[in-house]
Amino acid sequence: MSDFFTLTVLVGTLASGIRTAMPYLLAALGETVGQRSGVLNLGVDGVMLLGAFGGYYTVLQTENHWLGVLVGLAIGLGMGLVYALVTIVFHAEQGISGIGIFLFGLGFSDLLFQELVGTPRPIKPLPKVEIPLLADIPHLGPAFFQHNLLTYVAFALVPLTTWMLMKTTFGMNVRAVGENPQAADSLGVSVAQTRMGAILFGNTMAGLAGAGLSLQLAIFQHNLTNGLGFIAVALVYFGAWRPRWVLAGALLYGMVTATRLRWQSLDIIPRGASDVAAMAPAIITILALVLLASRVRGPAALTKPFSRH
Amino acid sequence: MNIHRPHRLRRLFALLFATALVAAACGSDGDSGATATSECGTDTSVAMGDSVTDLTFALVAPSAKDDLAFTQSMVDSLTRLGIEPQITDGTFIVEEAAAAIRGYAEEGVDVVIAHGTQYGGSLAEIAPDFPDTSFIWGTATDTQGLDNVFAYYPEADQGGYVNGWIAAEMTDGAAMGVVGPVEAGDAVAYVNGFIAGATANGAPAPSVVYTGSFSDVALATETAQAHVDNGAQVLTGTSQSTVGAVNVAAANDIPWFGTQSNQEAWSTDLVVASQVYHWDVVLDDMIESIEGGTLGGEAMAITLQNGGLVIEINGCYGLDDSVVDGAEGIIAEIIDGTIDPT
Repeated sequence: MSDFFTLTVLVGTLASGIRTAMPYLLAALGETVGQRSGVLNLGVDGVMLLGAFGGYYTVLQTENHWLGVLVGLAIGLGMGLVYALVTIVFHAEQGISGIGIFLFGLGFSDLLFQELVGTPRPIKPLPKVEIPLLADIPHLGPAFFQHNLLTYVAFALVPLTTWMLMKTTFGMNVRAVGENPQAADSLGVSVAQTRMGAILFGNTMAGLAGAGLSLQLAIFQHNLTNGLGFIAVALVYFGAWRPRWVLAGALLYGMVTATRLRWQSLDIIPRGASDVAAMAPAIITILALVLLASRVRGPAALTKPFSRH
Repeated sequence: MNIHRPHRLRRLFALLFATALVAAACGSDGDSGATATSECGTDTSVAMGDSVTDLTFALVAPSAKDDLAFTQSMVDSLTRLGIEPQITDGTFIVEEAAAAIRGYAEEGVDVVIAHGTQYGGSLAEIAPDFPDTSFIWGTATDTQGLDNVFAYYPEADQGGYVNGWIAAEMTDGAAMGVVGPVEAGDAVAYVNGFIAGATANGAPAPSVVYTGSFSDVALATETAQAHVDNGAQVLTGTSQSTVGAVNVAAANDIPWFGTQSNQEAWSTDLVVASQVYHWDVVLDDMIESIEGGTLGGEAMAITLQNGGLVIEINGCYGLDDSVVDGAEGIIAEIIDGTIDPT
């Protein structure tokens, strides 16, 4: 265990946890806004896969990371329009629609990969951006201030999303239609438009999260997310629909994952216990969720379609 | 090559998706050739061989047919035998694989290859329903008592031992990292062999992490990074998820040892050597048995001895001749039984 408590290993673990948390955080923040408006999207993972492939393939062809990020955003936006059409215009059941979006993303991203790429081909990873002065702080700099730009963006979006939800008219409308859409409607708030805006935001973030994942890993292959999007949805519940607690959940998941990998690499966790160790992040997150879930009430109108008739 | 993938199903799924959503809305041996050193810059892809049989084949496999790992090793082996199978790849979901296996048997395909240990349960249900079809299943060390099932497995610890021995020659006592998927099957054999080879050559025991997943690229990537942070000077790993770990090796200019398929295609000067599975060695024997009327009932291993395992050394890496010679000596000792890598 003493091997773990060396500065080099601790710094590496912190950096790994932050890196790992990035895609979870981006996706979960978007889903938070969607759920606050009353819309559950179980298709986050599928949208992430499409964004991941789009971002990866764009960089493979152009070597331009920011174009890849833009493509990921655009794909997320496009899938958001589809999901909004299905759930708001057609009033489809949200759970089934989300699973449909997931299956579509899983299959279509793989199909595109097989047809356009085939064998996994690496790309250059997103470059690290060292924050001037801060990156030079001994130990703290490498842990916190030497990441790719999307990681900083993800963390910056936490207060921005909070501000948007709590201080802007759009945010107040989102919360209102998520709690009592009939009352919001009677006060002149367009439930459909508000929910559509929240869905577009959520899916765009999912697309960005996917692109961030593939560009960070510098690779794409079948089912790259490996269920990451579903964990992001769970983190929204863990975070009690509040961005700062979603951040806490994403960091907890990332840090537990990073710590167990470091412990295994240092033989602190014996090899025979590797299967149990692999479950640790999920178990800890579920336990936290169970403890929190009984204390926090979600948006009252979550998963409930709204119709004036 | 007639390729049936679940992708085709998924393509159909994709095309039907809009309709479905609207509906939801409305309704709410011997001369083994056990080493090969490639000329730098040569194409490592496998050429189609002369066909050895008129039997029809189908292959069901968990990852992509060109994954540079487990599935590609079988596709390449069939290619060497001049066999063009129907392929259903990407079936990490066992139920999908089971449907494909049964589908091929119902179509009347002569030989159905279920290329994944995890398909064993499904095969136990399906094979008795098709007594005239031969099923080939691996990696597995037994046929589950089924007369129309052949099993195959690699003695992957042999190649792991050789790779570990070479790695120890290169690192001079420095740390090494292993990225493992799940502690089972040929993965654990390869990893244990690598450890045995490295330590036998005087290196400290390599650090091993099993991520718990054959497919989680992000975990494999972070695992490789953890090894690098711990000072690893050599990395190796097995499973489809290691593509991310290879990227970490490349980013840190750390040599990589591969297994299952020749992984030079990832990077010409990064991969030192790969243990390559030549399943064609046992497939050839199985085909002969099937054509003679025996549809299964035997498990066969690929080894350095029978030429089913080949250590392919990357000519572009520039490994010292003395190390290559040493590796060939180790292989010879494994083949003649002087060294037991288990």
